[in-house]
Amino acid sequence: MDAGILLYFLSLLTVGGIYAIFALGLNVQWGFAGLFNVGIVGFAAVGAYTYALLTTAESTFHLGGFGWPLPVAMFVAMIASTLVAAVIGFICIRLRSDYLAIATIGIAEIIKLIFKNETDITNGPRGINKIPRAWEHFSEERFYSSWPMSWFGTPESWSAFFDGLPNWWWQPFFTGTILFVMLVIYWMLERARTSPWGRMMTAIRENEPAARAAGKNVTARRIEAFVIGAAIMGLGGALFAQHLRLIEPTNTFDSAKVTFLVWVMLIAGGSGNNRGAMLGAFLIWTIWSASELLITGAIDLFAYIFDTVDPGALRTRAGFLRMMLIGLLLQVILQKYPQGILPEARPASPQRRKQE
Amino acid sequence: MWDAFGFEFINFYFIPGLVLGCIYALGAIGITLTFGILRFANFAHGEVMMSGAYLTWTVMAIITSVLGIAVHPLVAAVPAGLIVIWLFLLTDKYFYKPFRKADTIKVVMASFGMMLIIRSAVQVIWGPNQLTFVQGIAKPNTVLQSFSQSIDMLLLIPNKHLFIFTGTIVIVIALSYLLNRTRIGKAMRAVSDSPDLAHVTGIDVDQVIRATWIVGGACAMAAGVFLAMDIQMLETTMGFRMLLPMFAAAILGGIGKPYGAVFGGLVIGLAEELSAYPWIGDAPLISPGYKTGVAFAIMVIMLIVRPQGLFKGRSF
Repeated sequence: MDAGILLYFLSLLTVGGIYAIFALGLNVQWGFAGLFNVGIVGFAAVGAYTYALLTTAESTFHLGGFGWPLPVAMFVAMIASTLVAAVIGFICIRLRSDYLAIATIGIAEIIKLIFKNETDITNGPRGINKIPRAWEHFSEERFYSSWPMSWFGTPESWSAFFDGLPNWWWQPFFTGTILFVMLVIYWMLERARTSPWGRMMTAIRENEPAARAAGKNVTARRIEAFVIGAAIMGLGGALFAQHLRLIEPTNTFDSAKVTFLVWVMLIAGGSGNNRGAMLGAFLIWTIWSASELLITGAIDLFAYIFDTVDPGALRTRAGFLRMMLIGLLLQVILQKYPQGILPEARPASPQRRKQE
Repeated sequence: MWDAFGFEFINFYFIPGLVLGCIYALGAIGITLTFGILRFANFAHGEVMMSGAYLTWTVMAIITSVLGIAVHPLVAAVPAGLIVIWLFLLTDKYFYKPFRKADTIKVVMASFGMMLIIRSAVQVIWGPNQLTFVQGIAKPNTVLQSFSQSIDMLLLIPNKHLFIFTGTIVIVIALSYLLNRTRIGKAMRAVSDSPDLAHVTGIDVDQVIRATWIVGGACAMAAGVFLAMDIQMLETTMGFRMLLPMFAAAILGGIGKPYGAVFGGLVIGLAEELSAYPWIGDAPLISPGYKTGVAFAIMVIMLIVRPQGLFKGRSF
């Protein structure tokens, strides 16, 4: 098979996997607990920037040069996102969901505003470049000339080793890592969903007064769900930063392309169902990138036939048209198939499971 | 007191704050009415403002090309406003009405979807580049300038700002007449206060909802055109930028309270502009880049301290 097609598939899986992680995070908040979070992009940005600042090489443009190991930085990215979520959660969770929606969309904008304005730390609108990507970073001189890689070979031998590999050698490993992370999160959430905690979440979402009457601490459980979801989104953000390698506050973290797309993915796949969240993410992302190829092809053909047409202008507008169609898709799903492709399956209680 | 301080403060901070406040106020009226009567936070409201301004631009361009005369945006806003209201009603019929009996969060989600649909539609039709109503720098009104100078209070207010002030006052007076003196206005307030009671007394809820969209749409339209007149350009993100301050204004004034929304809008607008005034030392108190943050901070404080707002609105 042609390496180009293989790489296209791998990159489809990579981005699909990252979106699946976002969708799983949203599933904890919306699917499990019924919390309406429209600030996904904010939590993703916190994770991405935390990761980027902790791992990038020293630079005159932004804060950096901490040289933290990548997994540790990813973990800290999760914690940073968790803290932001905890603050919002404590303020807004007791109010009706509309207010949570307003507050989350607000906090996402404020987070982007901070990253845009604090130019000394984040390099403002120009963004952070050369973010180390897992696996690919091994072939950077900064990494192979220091420990632990320097224990196994000299910089010269490492350099020669990486020169001998094809330049996309890291891609399968990176994709594999993302899918592995996604599956670990899936496994953990599946455990959570079928545990007493998960059933309590469903109870709170479906009938809050009853859950309260049964002695459940509704507010604390909701904050838990909100914070866990945000932590997953922070991790997703860190992986997003690795995939892109260049992040800046406006276009990278466009709420249409992150928040909205993740919502469509979760609703389409089936909210409340972890497998549905992942399926929706891969499906919508495939449609999204395939439609880009199709539309670009159509425009090129169009411009070839009518040579007065400027393909550049059409291409920009076609991108917006795609967004509009995805918006309409959401409306159709909401009205006609509110359950999604894989509807939520309630876990049976332990007693019933024993009887069966 | 009218020294250099007063001149700078009034002309460069207070008046722009008031202008922004008027725009927020008009936008927040629609948000608070929808929230109070239809019981959901309409995320598409800012985009409706934005699309209204774009439609006005198109109407102006059509009139200029057909009749060969340049019309004022406020004149062109009238036919454009009718289109916006019609679009509002269509949106309600096809995207919000199916969820009227369902969980309100579904409607919020639908409005969130509408936000992106409207924005992308505008981007597809008008393109992503900025447009302008009127080119050039707005000069201060000369009559007002010479008059205020003669009493030692130099006021530099461009005509566009005078139009915005007058327009806002006219709309708010018309709104208060509608809400207090007409049958439909009273019905709107009744539904906002208690939908069940209103239903029992035989109020036609569907009619009230239509009236809400019409009033909200007209105010949003005016707000969008005023905003485009004030910043002298049209861009596709301008509606979204207004969304958070408008929500803050509606929550500050109390959900379901139109006068509260007007007051809240003025407070938020002034707070945003005055926060950049060098109150302490020479540097702006809060960097102008964080203006939106001021509105958000006010909103969060209100949600913690007094979620029903200053004028005892609803809190859900």
